[in-house]
Amino acid sequence: MTEHPHPNPLPAGEGARQPLDRQTMANRLAMEFLDGWVVNLGIGIPTLCSNFVHPDRHVVFQSENGLVNYGPLAERGEEDPNLVNAGGQYVVEMAGMAILDHADSFALIRAGYVDVTVLGAYEVAANGDFANWKVAGAKGGGIGGAMDLAVGAKNVFLALEHTTRDGKPRLVERCALPVTAVGVVKLVATNLGLFEVTEQGFLLTEIAPGYTPDDVQAVTGAQLNVSPDLREFRRR
Amino acid sequence: MWRTARFRANVAPMRDKVYPDFDAAVADIPDGASIMLAGFAGPGTARNLIAALHRQGAKGLTLISNTPGRWQDDRIDCGVLVKDGRVAKIHAAFTASPHPSVPSPFTDLYEAGKIEAELMPQGTLAERIRAAGAGIAAFYTPTGVGTEIADGKETRVFNGREYVLETALPADYAFVRARRADRIGNLQYHRTQRNFGPVMARAAKTTIVEVDEPVVEEGSIDPDHVHTPGLFVDRIVVVPPDGIQEEPPER
Repeated sequence: MTEHPHPNPLPAGEGARQPLDRQTMANRLAMEFLDGWVVNLGIGIPTLCSNFVHPDRHVVFQSENGLVNYGPLAERGEEDPNLVNAGGQYVVEMAGMAILDHADSFALIRAGYVDVTVLGAYEVAANGDFANWKVAGAKGGGIGGAMDLAVGAKNVFLALEHTTRDGKPRLVERCALPVTAVGVVKLVATNLGLFEVTEQGFLLTEIAPGYTPDDVQAVTGAQLNVSPDLREFRRR
Repeated sequence: MWRTARFRANVAPMRDKVYPDFDAAVADIPDGASIMLAGFAGPGTARNLIAALHRQGAKGLTLISNTPGRWQDDRIDCGVLVKDGRVAKIHAAFTASPHPSVPSPFTDLYEAGKIEAELMPQGTLAERIRAAGAGIAAFYTPTGVGTEIADGKETRVFNGREYVLETALPADYAFVRARRADRIGNLQYHRTQRNFGPVMARAAKTTIVEVDEPVVEEGSIDPDHVHTPGLFVDRIVVVPPDGIQEEPPER
């Protein structure tokens, strides 16, 4: 995923509006991980989910290049040159770690042994489709493991900025870009809020400080439903 | 050390697959060959064999590789073959750089129509290679259903879910990197060096392996600890101390 400078989709009025930073977005999704879940994190904001440590839940991190139960990023100087995660970052071993070859790793992914994958995206649609492998006008694309994860994981969460650098909505009625998978997205964290994908489309359940649902709707390309229990974006 | 000495006396010596150097191991690869290149984000990439093939000069190659070459640093990988026009076609899970600000040598050639590519999901790539080495002609996968990847392909519903038909992907050669081998090619990989190695070794007609450690006698690797049996391996070259090592890049 391309990493963009952090955009502020709405001008900050009176300093009250505070879009969420990337770690806060990642933390919020990580709060949804249940004890024992097998978790696969994409590159970019999703990787930051591993920084959130739940006090009484243990999750198992899985990486598409054949790692199960790997540890945190390696400190400089302690890298094993042959131990990397899906983003090519050097990680450390954990007790209980296991290695699979690539075909077995994706067998695990497709067969539903991954409880949640957190991915980045260019667009997500109200029907649960999302697009993250090809930008407009390009001949080539980068699929990597995203299509397999999207159809195989029991839960697909997305973390993305609410708008493009040009201010165009990334939450839309239907994807304009080529999709990665159809109807799979359950939960979306953006810098403006938390959105469940329901039969009726996007449901805004938590919102960034200082924003109103109308503010968020103004930069969203699909009809937003607002939860009767709408609350400020949770940080823990 | 594991030994099965009591069965050794009555059999002819097994063929020694160790080659003296990388150039000898790739010398016969012709123009137009198809070659699988193991490796994921560095580990498992047979960098010394790729460098030798680059020196050897074969062209019109078809490559099967997770990516069309790295861009983060200048370590040798298939990008060197792509950059110098040796590659006609590549089968990969990426045909764009994940970091658009740092394009790969492949990107410009591909956008200009000077190289062919087949893009597919990474799990489909791995499974197509696995199928080729497992006697399976084709398989149905849920990955890619409803996307451009399924365009023009047969789909079928099983138990209420739609799947797309994908075919096996074999090759003439595979280049694999492992930690150690015995003389007859039984292999062990280290950590995520394993990735595509085991499936590519089975799917290629000729599998060439570079290994980090000196070759050991057969019997030295416990049979329960062999990751790739030697019957899938044809040629072995030991990476010398002055060869290309897998190292963390400067940061």
